[in-house]
This record gives sequence, structure tokens and C-alpha cells, in this order.
Amino acid sequence: MQSTKLSLLLFSLIAAVIAFAPAPVSLVRPAERYFRIEASTFAFSPQTIQVNPGDHVTIDLVAQDYVHGLRIDEYEVEVTADPGQTARLSFTAGRPGAFHFRCTVACGAMHPFMVGKLKVGPNWLFWRGLGLGLVAILSGLWWARK
Amino acid sequence: MNRLALTSTPWIKNLLTSRWPQFIVRTITLAGFLLTILAGLFGSRVGSHNFAIIFVWIAWWSLLKLVFIPAGGRSWCSICPIPMPGEWLQNGGLLGPGGRPLGLGKRWPRKLNNTWLQSAVFLGMGIFSAVILTQPRISGWALLGLFIAAITLSLVFERRSFCRYLCPIGGFTGLYAQLSPVEIRAVDPVVCAGHTEKTCYTGSAQGYGCPWGNFPAALSQDSNCGLCMECLRTCPHDNLAFNLRPYGSEISAKTPLKLDETFLALVMLGSALVYTAVYMGSWGWLKNAAYHVGTLPWLAYALAFLAITLVVVPGLFFGAVWLGKKMSAAREPLKKLAGLYGSGLLPLGMATWVAFTVSFAFAKISYILPVLSDPFGWGWDLFGTASTNLSLVDLWLSPIAQVGVLAGGLLWSSRLVMRLARDRRQALPVLAFALAHAAGMMWLLVG
Repeated sequence: MQSTKLSLLLFSLIAAVIAFAPAPVSLVRPAERYFRIEASTFAFSPQTIQVNPGDHVTIDLVAQDYVHGLRIDEYEVEVTADPGQTARLSFTAGRPGAFHFRCTVACGAMHPFMVGKLKVGPNWLFWRGLGLGLVAILSGLWWARK
Repeated sequence: MNRLALTSTPWIKNLLTSRWPQFIVRTITLAGFLLTILAGLFGSRVGSHNFAIIFVWIAWWSLLKLVFIPAGGRSWCSICPIPMPGEWLQNGGLLGPGGRPLGLGKRWPRKLNNTWLQSAVFLGMGIFSAVILTQPRISGWALLGLFIAAITLSLVFERRSFCRYLCPIGGFTGLYAQLSPVEIRAVDPVVCAGHTEKTCYTGSAQGYGCPWGNFPAALSQDSNCGLCMECLRTCPHDNLAFNLRPYGSEISAKTPLKLDETFLALVMLGSALVYTAVYMGSWGWLKNAAYHVGTLPWLAYALAFLAITLVVVPGLFFGAVWLGKKMSAAREPLKKLAGLYGSGLLPLGMATWVAFTVSFAFAKISYILPVLSDPFGWGWDLFGTASTNLSLVDLWLSPIAQVGVLAGGLLWSSRLVMRLARDRRQALPVLAFALAHAAGMMWLLVG
């Protein structure tokens, strides 16, 4: 009973460390980053852009067919481009992680699912998730040993 | 395992056994369902402005996956509007026995007494999901089709055959209901044994025989109990109880999933991966392929969807079970071991669908209030909410919740798998399969 409680505490502690330990600070110097993103029905190209934390990002959104918008989750910045036109969006990537950017103008049936991804630095949430998954499996194995 | 009999509290028992509360709620859901079909068929063609799309595929789906199934198993089935008119016709009344029943009352074919059809209908809807989920007309026709099928089956076959054997939602709801914290069970089996009339199955003046075809006195699994409460009404000895129980307490080595249920569980795991890739992924070509039904890319998508759900995921799972069997020199047949570990993976399956639902529900919740005021997208503003842009939850919470739910589901599954396993070596490949699935989902959702 005592060892069960101890092991439960140990697994909880490991899980807490994986979930909440602060991520290492990025040593890469912030830079100016430029991307040209082409938007056509239900797709952004490139679909994923990667920057480092602190980078100043400029995105030129080019609408290829209809009016399209681009809004980045959690950054709350957005821009709209008319067909054949380019619209510019600038922001500083201060928040690390992976964020969806979405089309903001109804452009067809699959519009609600027209998304791309902005990755700022390493995706710690994903790696923490994997770590927690591994702890989950190991705790299951340990529990069976009892 | 401890149970808390909710029906031992008089007002709860009255609430559950009285026909009126259920009837009122079902009438409201039926009205909502008919409005949904009308909005789908005659409302705006823009999905985000149409009640049919927003209410069914965002509001109802989210409620089903985040509330009804995790908190109450098949509780949605007890108020589902789809089988209602058919059931009323079949019973010859709205509020209890006494009417003149309609229909042929045939027995459901024995060969189809399984979940294969439900898997097939779910996969069929999956292949066309991009148009069903986004085009109000198609959505309206699909819902009308289910409605007509339910009425027709009620008039041909006995009881709720549509719900039990055909409903694409009923299949996975029943599967995950096995984990739920509620159940209906006999209080004292001896009392049931001495009750020769078996009114819980045959019916009485107080209520109908189990509409789901169960023998409630011997009920030990929740997968086919629709929580309609008829057995509570028909039992003359007050010997059936509605219990709260610990999550997952129904799963045991004595009741492994049957082959069809195992396959359904795997179809659900595979479908979640494909749906997440199509709707949450950033691959525009995949969305276009899924959407343009009838084209060559769509055909390739449909084949890939079927291959992943019917061959790749089940193949990997059965491979893992086979490997575990070899590693432990187990004597049980592969089918039985697959059923055993299939039930162990149910928590991961439920967590997978909860995480998928969270991924879009948080972002799309703001669509709900506007369509309440303007269900047809015709410019109405019935409740003054047509221009509301309400976001109830901050988006930063969504990915964290998705990862947390998946990790929690994996933890629950790993403990369940180890509880069911004869020895640890046998379970290792299955745990590796579970980890790979959870990692794949995490990569698709937040990677």
C-alpha cells in the first residue's frame, strides 16, 4: 500500500515536471522573416511557416482566386486580400508554439477548415504530450507489476 | 464495485419513470430536428449561416462527444428524435401502452444481429463527410434519409431495430457507453428469477417491453441499453435501479468485445485519424480531394480512407495482438485476445474523439448564437443574436486540452489493458499500438 502511494506520487511528479517545467530560453537572435503565402480555395501555400521566438514576421497574403483572409490563432492579427491582390501583415512572434492560421472570409464550403500552421520555435506542447503519453504507458506497466 | 442507486431517491425515481419529462424533451429535440431538416433543405447554401450545419455538426456533435457520451453513455439515445415517430407508430401511441400498434413487427435478421452494418453506414458517411458536413442541402437530405429509414424500419421490424443495428451514431455511442458512469441493473436477481411474466421484456400496462430488445433483468453491458427507462416502469417489484458506478467498471476479461465490436472500435480509431487530417490538418489538397465527390482525387481519398480504417489500423492492431500472443505463448484464440484488448482501447478511442471535437468546437462555437436567431440564413434576427460573435473559451486552452485528454485516455487505456492482460509481455505490443495512435493524433492536432 505504502509503495503504491509512493509510486503514484513519483509518476505524478514526473508527469508534472514534463507538463509544467519551463521550456529552455531560445538563444537564437531575433531576425526579420518574410513569407509570401498564396491562398486558393481551401489551401494556403506554403501550408506551414516556421520562425524563431522574437522574430519580426512579415507575411504577404496573395489571394489566387476569391477573397481570402488570414488570421493567426492567439496572435489575433489578421489581413484580407482581394482576388489577385496582395495584402501585408506584420507582427512579432513573441509567443512560442504551433498556431493555426485560418481563412477569415467565407470562400466556399470547406472554408471553415481552411487552415495553415505557424510554428514559433520548438513545439514543446507536442513533445510534452508525447512525454506524458510515455509516462501513461509506463505507469500502466508498473501498475500491472503490482 | 460500489454503486449508487439514484432511483432510491424518490424524486429522481419519479423524474425518470414519469413519461412527461422525457416526452417533453423528446418533443423539443424532434422540433429541433425537423427545423434542422427544413433549414438544410431550404435555408442558405452557406454552411456557416445555416442552422443545419452549425447546430448538428458543431453544437449537437460537441454535446454528444463532450457531455452525453462521457457523462451518460447512451443518454442521448433516450431523447434522440430520429426514431420517435416510428416508435410512436409502432406503439400506436405517444404516452404509454394502450394504443393500436402499427407495423409488421418482424424479427431483425439473425445474420445482421451485430454492428457490421453500423460500421458500414459510419464509413459510408465518412467517405462523403466533407459534403455532408459543409453543404446544408446534402446534410438535410442525409438527415431526412436517416429519419425515413428509422420510420420504415420501425414499421417493418420490432422494437428499435434502426437504433440498435443501423444508426451510425448508435454504433460508437454504444461502444463507448461501456465506459460510462451510469447503468440500469437488476437490484436482486433472485426476484427477477421468480418473476415469471418478465414484464421488463414483454411489457405491461405501465410500459413497453424493452425497446432495445434486451432482457433487462439480466443486463450486464450498457452497449445496447438506451436508458429509455421502460423497464423501470414495467417492473412490478421495483427491482430495477438506475445506478451511478465507477467509470469503466463494466470492462472485464469475462466480457471481451465481439469481432464486429472490435472492428467498430478500430474503425473509430482510424476514422478519427482521417477526420483530423482532413479537417484540422493544413493540407489543402486533401480537403479538396475529400470535398470534390466523384472526381479522381476523391476516389483516391475514399480508397485511402477505407484502407486506413479497414486495413491499416485493424492490421496493425491485430498484428500487435498476434505478436503479444507469440511473446507470451498464450493459448487463447487471436479473436478473443483482440476482443479483450479492443475493450482495453475504448478509453483511448473515446479520448481521441473528445480531443478531435475540442479541436474544432472551441474555434467554431461562435457560430452557434447567430444561427439561433437566423436559422435559415435569410437575414432574420429572432433573438437579437444574429450578429453576436461570442467566444466562450480562449483558443490557447484548446491544444492543451487536446493533449491532456489524449494523455489521460492513454493512461486509462494502459491501465485497463494491463488489468485485462494475462501477462505483461502479451500486452506490450498493444500498448505500443496505443502509444503510436495517441502520438499520431497529437501530431495531427498540435504537431
